[in-house]
Amino acid sequence: MIAFVIPVAMTLFAIAALLNLYRLAVGPDIVDRILALDTLMINSIALIVLADMRMGLGVLFELALLIALMGFVGTVAMSKYLLRGDVIE
Amino acid sequence: MTPAFRSRQFWLPRPLFSLFLALLWLLMVNEVSVAHALLGLALGVGIPFVTHGFWPEEAKIRRPLPLLRYLLVLLVDILRSNLVVALRILRPARHLQPGFFTYPLVLEDDFAITILASTISLTPGTVSIHYDAEANTLLVHALHLEDEAEAIAAIRERYEQPLEEIFR
Amino acid sequence: MTSIDMPWTLQLVVATFLLFGALVALIGSWGLAKLPDFYTRLHGPTKASTLGVGCTLIGSLLYFSHQQDGVSVQEALVTIFLFATAPVSAHMMGKAALRRRLPGVPGTRNLPDR
Repeated sequence: MIAFVIPVAMTLFAIAALLNLYRLAVGPDIVDRILALDTLMINSIALIVLADMRMGLGVLFELALLIALMGFVGTVAMSKYLLRGDVIE
Repeated sequence: MTPAFRSRQFWLPRPLFSLFLALLWLLMVNEVSVAHALLGLALGVGIPFVTHGFWPEEAKIRRPLPLLRYLLVLLVDILRSNLVVALRILRPARHLQPGFFTYPLVLEDDFAITILASTISLTPGTVSIHYDAEANTLLVHALHLEDEAEAIAAIRERYEQPLEEIFR
Repeated sequence: MTSIDMPWTLQLVVATFLLFGALVALIGSWGLAKLPDFYTRLHGPTKASTLGVGCTLIGSLLYFSHQQDGVSVQEALVTIFLFATAPVSAHMMGKAALRRRLPGVPGTRNLPDR
């Protein structure tokens, strides 16, 4: 059952990622693009974890954790830049 | 102000945080053994010792039991909020009535306010957007705002009062 | 795939978590693509995607806890991290949007002017 469900879930997440890409391309403002990138990061975490399950490795969490970290720091840094014009005051 | 050299404040400024770091380390290496527990404890003591100069005042958790209840309520509300938001997204956009409202805070502790703002962002149809430190208010955006007073009262009763109890 | 030796109840639970998570995350991203202005778009990802990925991670946690010996708890770490950071990044993005004076949809109530 799980062998059948994992590809289905991956497909759903891939469609979600495509929707994020659409928002990334359309904009209209730069903040929308930051939001789209942030969501793309979150969805890619799920895709990585699902791929990990499908291959039966169980070793890719570090990757998921790293992407979560990078996504968060990147989002905050870009928002901060828009707020102040500087990343570090 | 530096605490005295011999006091606990100097060597172990945040006992709870040290414990939390040790647990986090065990979670991260995904292995429970004496060696890793010791390493985690060493990190838990070392990291706060080096960095506590950068931190604001410690928030006091007065009552841990209401905190647990609060987390449970939060978990249920996250689930409920997701169903609500999902339905709103699926229905045509003309049914939406988005709006901002200003939430007057009663809490004064920074950490408690952070938790409240995060809670507001994770629960039904609301995202906290701006914190005004002078007026002590939160600017909140609601996906579907029917009655401001009702929304404010709901947040106060469901989240702020329990938090007040925990951090008083 | 070696999921044959799993009890079917556990399989059902894991499958439900994975499917539910994927559906919720898809709805969140659908909201991001469809909703009319930035402030409403902010709601989809911060709630739905976080819960969706959280469910997927819990499903994976259960799966690997059974596959490998011992409990695999690293996914819980990612879940906690996501739930702690999603409101913060939403807050920062909302602030940036207010700062850039993004317009709301017509009919938005009390849009602040700064």
